[in-house]
Amino acid sequence: MLLSRRYLPLIGAGLATAGSASIKQASAQRGWEPQRPVQFIVPAGTGGGADQMARIIQGIITKHSLMRQPMMVVNKAGGAGAEGFLEARSARANPHLLIISLSNLFTTPMSTGIPFSWRDLTPVKMMALDEFVLWVNAASPWQNLAQFVEAAKAGRIRLGGTGSRQEDQIITVAMQRAMGTEFIYVPFRGGGEVATQLVGNHIQATVNNPIEAVTHWRAGTLRPLCVFDSRRLPGEGRVTETMGWQDIPTCKEAGLDVEYLMLRGIFAAPGITAPQTAFYIDLLNRVTQTPEWRELMATGAFNTTTMTGAPFVEWLTREEARHRSLMQEAGFMAASGG
Amino acid sequence: MSVTTGNDTLMEAAAERGPSVRGMEIATAVALMTMGGIAIMDSLRIGAGWSSDGPQSGYFPFWLGIILVAASLVNLGMALKPNAKTEGALFATWPQLRMVASVLIPTTVYVAVIPFAGIYVSSALLIAFFMIRFGEFRPVVSFPSGALAAGVAFAVFELWFLVALPKGPLETYLGY
Amino acid sequence: MEEINLLMQGFSVALQPENIILMVAGIVLGVLIGVLPGLGGANGIAILLPLTFALPPVSAIILLSCIYWGALFGGAITSILFNIPGEPWSVATTFDGYPMAQQGRAGEALVAAFTSSFVGALIAVVMITFLAPLVAQFALQFGPPEFFAVMFLSFACFIGLSKGSPFKALAAMMFGFLLAGVGLDGVTGQLRMTFGSMELMRGIDFLVVVIGLFGLSEIFQSIEEGLRFKGQSAKITMRTMLKTWSELPRHWWLFIRSSVIGCWMGVTPAGATPASFMSYGMARRMAADKDSFGKGRVEGVIAPETAAHAAGTAALLPMLSLGVPGSPTAAVLLGGLIMWGLQPGPMLFVEQKDFVWGLIASMYIGNIVGLIIVLAAVPWFAMILRVPFSIIAAIILMVCAIGAYTVNSAEFDVVLMLIFGVIGYVMKKLDYPLAPLVLALVLGDRTEESFRQALLISEGSMAVFFSNWLVGSIMVAGLTLMFYPAISRLMQGFRPKAA
Repeated sequence: MLLSRRYLPLIGAGLATAGSASIKQASAQRGWEPQRPVQFIVPAGTGGGADQMARIIQGIITKHSLMRQPMMVVNKAGGAGAEGFLEARSARANPHLLIISLSNLFTTPMSTGIPFSWRDLTPVKMMALDEFVLWVNAASPWQNLAQFVEAAKAGRIRLGGTGSRQEDQIITVAMQRAMGTEFIYVPFRGGGEVATQLVGNHIQATVNNPIEAVTHWRAGTLRPLCVFDSRRLPGEGRVTETMGWQDIPTCKEAGLDVEYLMLRGIFAAPGITAPQTAFYIDLLNRVTQTPEWRELMATGAFNTTTMTGAPFVEWLTREEARHRSLMQEAGFMAASGG
Repeated sequence: MSVTTGNDTLMEAAAERGPSVRGMEIATAVALMTMGGIAIMDSLRIGAGWSSDGPQSGYFPFWLGIILVAASLVNLGMALKPNAKTEGALFATWPQLRMVASVLIPTTVYVAVIPFAGIYVSSALLIAFFMIRFGEFRPVVSFPSGALAAGVAFAVFELWFLVALPKGPLETYLGY
Repeated sequence: MEEINLLMQGFSVALQPENIILMVAGIVLGVLIGVLPGLGGANGIAILLPLTFALPPVSAIILLSCIYWGALFGGAITSILFNIPGEPWSVATTFDGYPMAQQGRAGEALVAAFTSSFVGALIAVVMITFLAPLVAQFALQFGPPEFFAVMFLSFACFIGLSKGSPFKALAAMMFGFLLAGVGLDGVTGQLRMTFGSMELMRGIDFLVVVIGLFGLSEIFQSIEEGLRFKGQSAKITMRTMLKTWSELPRHWWLFIRSSVIGCWMGVTPAGATPASFMSYGMARRMAADKDSFGKGRVEGVIAPETAAHAAGTAALLPMLSLGVPGSPTAAVLLGGLIMWGLQPGPMLFVEQKDFVWGLIASMYIGNIVGLIIVLAAVPWFAMILRVPFSIIAAIILMVCAIGAYTVNSAEFDVVLMLIFGVIGYVMKKLDYPLAPLVLALVLGDRTEESFRQALLISEGSMAVFFSNWLVGSIMVAGLTLMFYPAISRLMQGFRPKAA
């Protein structure tokens, strides 16, 4: 029954492990510590990228007992995530609340006119950046970006993506601007669905994240054309028989000057104290050092840039301005929105 | 079930009176028509046409609203038409409605109190109230039973599954 | 047969003692999750996902998939006993399951529901075992036009089914569609019918409406009729179970048809909800005496339950082989796979044979274990009905409130639930059918979305819905079903009337 003793507590009340002696030594010298369960808000539905990341973070914290109090993940997806952000904003000075962001941190207030911004929250840490890759069906005649651009100029290409007026459509708009062409953008519910639609030839191209399309790439049904980053994806060895992540050219070097990375960052409620912020930065630093986190970064070919404090704020300011200009150009701004 | 018999006698005494089926039919049809009207108005605001690449955002709600209004008009007409079957028929008798209200009102209060007292304290009180009011249990039994049920819910949701439900001052005091 | 060898290897993985223990634990947890509305399926698994971190992937997926089976089984329990569907796909089960319970046949309904679930799941697993690659290819054929055609077919199966005024049914259905449209429009990202309200921006969730419409209104009606739930004298013995079982083989054709519908819907992946409605609709259409449906026909329980479970199980196939979740729960499981460092998709079957076949084997065993556990528990479930109204009604109210809240963690949803409780009470008393409303609410936005996606792809041409044999034949089937009542009436007009 050794196994049952090892596993069963995990299933049930094993959550209480936080109360056991296995707490890592470090908590003693920390200035502040959560006194009650920490709510971790996901401004998106269950099963999406942000939700997965939040639950992985929760799992890592539980598994390695990084925090005495438990962490509870709460999905608040209403109004394209506005609900979650508004809740975090209204929880002023509540140190037991965190929120994970995706691109809707910038796009939702612009497209719906709901007034909030990242300035209403306390930026804690940029955990990673999500990459985007331009994919086409492997059976398509487009071997490289130049051929694709040529085809796009000749006729409207059907490009699928996740959601509407969000990251995928913004990249599409940026591509239209850079290429001087027009795409038909078809919104779907999730990245997996988009990839399958491309494999089934119902659409002609996508801008999926690496993790959403990698398995089809390896199966030889999809082909990457370029990555929307300033440098190539990190990676060694091969993913398919002939190529690895590092072999995908950046869009810029292939002749298309479009760059887009999506923030995976953690924010806290406004008005929390410096020691409280410091606790969470330290906690998240520990999370990024675990093998589970590293493995996730590698399989998902994430951009592992992390930032805290002033550089993070600077990055946020710059990105917000860029989103605004792209959204304005695409006509995605709500009538009343700033 | 002594209450049931009590209810029956009550029903006999005032069986003849209550809101009529026809009145309720008319009210419901009008309410649905209003819903349809609201949908139509909002759809016109965001564009209810057919653009080059398919229907606009308001296209479907607009036509759904139109159909809803039309169907409700027919229902309204049927309700207004003299009909032997519904003539004089009652939606429910007043004593029946009073019974429904005796559940509906506490439930409304319960829902209204949740944001302030939290779901656990409210539930404990609701269960105790029901036991005293409908089951003729003594308060000595009812209140602990309510607290027990709420406690089990707390253990399942907050402690076991880590689902955060609305909490009030009591839970805050206890450190949750 | 290579599959058989691989499956046997899988069994050796799944039958390890610790995995068996996990299965039992998973089923029990899953039933618990399925019984509590709002916790069910996707939420329940999402909550438990981080806890599986410390397990090896095969054990973790066995645990989670058993929770999934358990939740599927559990959803039927509240539908039958209290008219509260814990999951969207249990709605169709209430149509006949609850009347059966009211007639004192709760035991029979539960046994039929569990057994049907088991059979549906088993047929789907057999399909996964032997036809996985083929079926995955078939799933790739489904783009937005095909998707719309499938949705259209589900509606067509249901139209003309409700008794009473067709205009009331129409009004109820339109009301459902409009409710589904509230909130963010997924295609253009615009807000619709929210009137600047933050609360409405969230959209109106199906579960919240159903808990009010079915569950709460039932309490109001029971109290109006004299303070108790009907059917509390239900006695469940071994005899009930054996008697129910002895009658089930008669419905073999219903089982097969429902499983086929379920597998198809699960793979495409339209999901378990349209499957359950479509299967129920078909069962009614094919029956000799259509009017006895909705009054406690055991076929009305078998059809939706078989199809829902076949679909729920088959939905795991596109998730594993294509990386596309066939249901919200499968979406969360997908996240789990990624978390354990496995990449769902075509390569999974090639590279992770142990994992895939361990999982498939665990589906066989998990379902058997699940069936035994839930059947053993039937007498206890039925005992709930004997708890005095004064206690059970308040507890149901609490569970409903918790269920409505957990859907979006929103207090407004609890208010909405109460409002729909009153609406449901009034609509039932005035003979407005609730089924079309719920069907429209559940499938409404998916239907609209695929319609508009299809038109985006075709650049506005309606011909896209007849552009290939697949979408064309589904559309024709749907149109035929839709106008079948009219056509058959027309045909009868030409024939001399039978006495």
